[in-house]
Amino acid sequence: MTAILYILLAIVIGVAIWQIASIFNLKGVIATEKDNNTQGILFAVFGVFFYGLMIFSFWKYSVILLPDAASIEGESYDTLYLVTMLLILFVQAVTQFLLFFFAFKYRGINNRKALFYADSHKLEMIWTIIPAVVLSGIVLYGLSVWNNVMDASDAENPLIVEVYAKQFQWEARYAGEDNELGLANVRNIKGINTMGVDMTDKNAMDDVPVRELHLPKGRKVIFKFRSQDVLHSAYMPHFRAQMNCVPGMVTQFAFTPSMTTEEMRMNEETIAKVAGINKIRAEKGEDPYEFDYLLLCNKICGSSHYNMQMKIVVEEEAAFNTWLKSKQTMAQVVK
Amino acid sequence: MSDHHHKETFVTKYIFSTDHKMISKQYLVTGIFMGIIGVMMSMLFRLQIAWPDHSFSVIEAFLGRHQDGGVMSPDIYLALVTIHGTIMVFFVLTAGLSGTFSNLLIPLQIGARDMASGFLNMVSYWLFFLSSVIMVISLFVEAGPASAGWTIYPPLSALPQAIPGSGLGMTLWLVSMAIFIASSLIGALNYIVTVLNLRTVGMKMTRLPLTIWAFFVTAIIGVVSFPVLLSAALLLIFDRSFGTSFFLSDIFIQGEVLHYQGGSPVLFEHLFWFLGHPEVYIVLLPALGITSEIISTNSRKPIFGYRAMIGSIIAIAFLSTIVWGHHMFVSGMNPFLGSVFTFTTLLIAIPSAVKAFNYITTLWKGNLQMNPAMLFSIGLVSTFISGGLTGLVLGDSALDINVHDTYFVVAHFHLVMGVSAIYGMFAGVYHWFPKMYGRMMNKTLGYWHFWITAVAAYGVFFPMHFIGLAGLPRRYYSNTAFPLFDDVADVNIVITLFAILGGAAQIIFLANFFISIYKGKKAEQNPWKSNTLEWTTPVEHIHGNWPGEIPHVERWAYDYSKPGYDEDFVPQNVPLKEGEEPS
Repeated sequence: MTAILYILLAIVIGVAIWQIASIFNLKGVIATEKDNNTQGILFAVFGVFFYGLMIFSFWKYSVILLPDAASIEGESYDTLYLVTMLLILFVQAVTQFLLFFFAFKYRGINNRKALFYADSHKLEMIWTIIPAVVLSGIVLYGLSVWNNVMDASDAENPLIVEVYAKQFQWEARYAGEDNELGLANVRNIKGINTMGVDMTDKNAMDDVPVRELHLPKGRKVIFKFRSQDVLHSAYMPHFRAQMNCVPGMVTQFAFTPSMTTEEMRMNEETIAKVAGINKIRAEKGEDPYEFDYLLLCNKICGSSHYNMQMKIVVEEEAAFNTWLKSKQTMAQVVK
Repeated sequence: MSDHHHKETFVTKYIFSTDHKMISKQYLVTGIFMGIIGVMMSMLFRLQIAWPDHSFSVIEAFLGRHQDGGVMSPDIYLALVTIHGTIMVFFVLTAGLSGTFSNLLIPLQIGARDMASGFLNMVSYWLFFLSSVIMVISLFVEAGPASAGWTIYPPLSALPQAIPGSGLGMTLWLVSMAIFIASSLIGALNYIVTVLNLRTVGMKMTRLPLTIWAFFVTAIIGVVSFPVLLSAALLLIFDRSFGTSFFLSDIFIQGEVLHYQGGSPVLFEHLFWFLGHPEVYIVLLPALGITSEIISTNSRKPIFGYRAMIGSIIAIAFLSTIVWGHHMFVSGMNPFLGSVFTFTTLLIAIPSAVKAFNYITTLWKGNLQMNPAMLFSIGLVSTFISGGLTGLVLGDSALDINVHDTYFVVAHFHLVMGVSAIYGMFAGVYHWFPKMYGRMMNKTLGYWHFWITAVAAYGVFFPMHFIGLAGLPRRYYSNTAFPLFDDVADVNIVITLFAILGGAAQIIFLANFFISIYKGKKAEQNPWKSNTLEWTTPVEHIHGNWPGEIPHVERWAYDYSKPGYDEDFVPQNVPLKEGEEPS
């Protein structure tokens, strides 16, 4: 009912504008010299707004960005990101300046004729070859990082963990003492065996199912991702890590955690970010927040997509081993 | 085709018209109507993002059973972002933009009496209209419209158990899109045939205005890629309704194992993006063509590097069909393929850079006439650069890992294809309004429209990059579930305020557009002193476009401020002077 009122209101406003329109001078239709002048100056003003907005955003919003990468692979990601970003900002600053400056400088004047300048192969070669060369550099650099991140075959004694996605929850399974995951399929899901582990597979017996992810610092972790229902994406932004979880197949990603949760909490950027968050929380009367690594879902998966998370704890290897030992194996869970 | 004397009834003139000029107006008005729906949806979900859990009477009013006390449900939030994307990409920026201007300009600028097939042209529009109607009807079904994101990845889009919108809503979405694709294919074939066969005497391919080049190449990409989406949609319909397993395998949902075995969602992603990426250029190239024309006309200067511009259009079009995998770097696809797609993707930056620099050089030492169309064209160059540059981050597989599917992506594509294409569309409307309606739009309202929109667009999308870099995934109903994102909330409020400002600015456009149709100042024949052939037709529309013989073309479209001429423009049909170099 209210919707009809809103629509009626819109119609009334429309009619009102229609009526007022006849009072407006609708005669002004083509830009005059005066318009050219005003609009040209406005482009200069807009240029100032544009740079102001960029600078303001960087100044004001830098604190909300993710803190330093918490994995070795993430560090090379951050360097590549920085190099690319500097390039982007440089090109952005120069080209936008030229655009707004020319719009201002060459605003139309009656009786002036524009320069008839249709072509210059030299100029065109310049702005074909320079981007090509710069891009080749970026591509080569990017691909070396990509290959390095995606190729986990040379890892020595990696930790194998399965991350398992379902609407709207994460689970995980450690490969156990043999460091080999037991087979699994959704057709084996039954009762407490929520990940469908094949209990006839001997590799499965020592697997350790968990609901909170613990990772050892300094050891390469190879993640095997599965999903039981729809697409999900395992996103671990602090480690610069992400991989989709696809029903019917196993996907993989690997990284080496380089900072424990405690160390990350002491990180300067984290402290600044958490301080900002806690200031906001205090204003709303909420409990203070303490930093934790998170695994979140980053592929639309249904109603509670926005609340599909799992805590990640990074700790020293010894503490990690103690924690893992305290957990029941599949054989113990599924009797 | 010279049947301009036969009697027309209301129905043949305004409804089942085969005249390209009328069909173009039909496309435009339908596109604008769909645009209003799409933009209104974005306003609603922006309210939710900025103030989650806050009650809004406007949400209560429009979302019916999908809200509770003025707070929208998570499902309808996902439906809104899905339909917003679908409507804006396909119905506004494909049909509304390309349909309008390809139809209007191809016959007029190449010197043809009409499209190669007026009948198919009419069929194309009415299929588009039908698909729009079905899409709008899908908004009202019981369980809500399609809500698996505009990319409709299965299994989410295939299983009603996974999300309510994947029931009847999704069926209607697929039917609507299948009809839409048929419409767009018929349209595209017609454009291609018309450009190839019906050019007037002297209109060599190398004398075509860049608008036509852009529409022509766009139509080719459409013909190459849309059928693949159609096949994906058909296979999805099979999986949904007939129990096949093209995209589904090993699924356990709501306590039971489904029978699907052996399919892969990744296959769907490949098929979808084989259209999905070229689609970006189907949206963008016409806008770039339109601005090339407008920037040149209003700078009173030839477009700089005409042949390089054609070359870049073709290069972009070619590359656009071999880069789709950059949407799938973290899909589980083989990392080696990721390397290949990184390479091809970043290649696109080269022709794009050429275009951007050529635009800027066209402005240099021009005599810029600041008509509203010109403002939007300059605006397009700005957003095209701002949005295009962040493509260097997203197209680089390594860097994509951590920003994939975050708000960084949302900011990137909205600037580079959303805002840019819509600027191109506005520019086109302001520029060719006199050709379409025989009247002029008001310039003052046009200026207000541009400046508010320009400020709002950057106000929305610039800060949005930072939210993405903070790690916030897109399509989150609210970020209150994560204390980690508490500091993003304030930025979201700023964005929503700018979004409302930008949305409100479009009312200025709507008022200007509809009032000018009836009350605008009568247009002169060639108001912008332009060179192209459409301005040699009479202001009053006639069937067949030219009362007498079709003018012959003697030169290219960009002889602005040519030395040796008193006027600063030389229309394409003016014969060469003695000793003048032919073009």
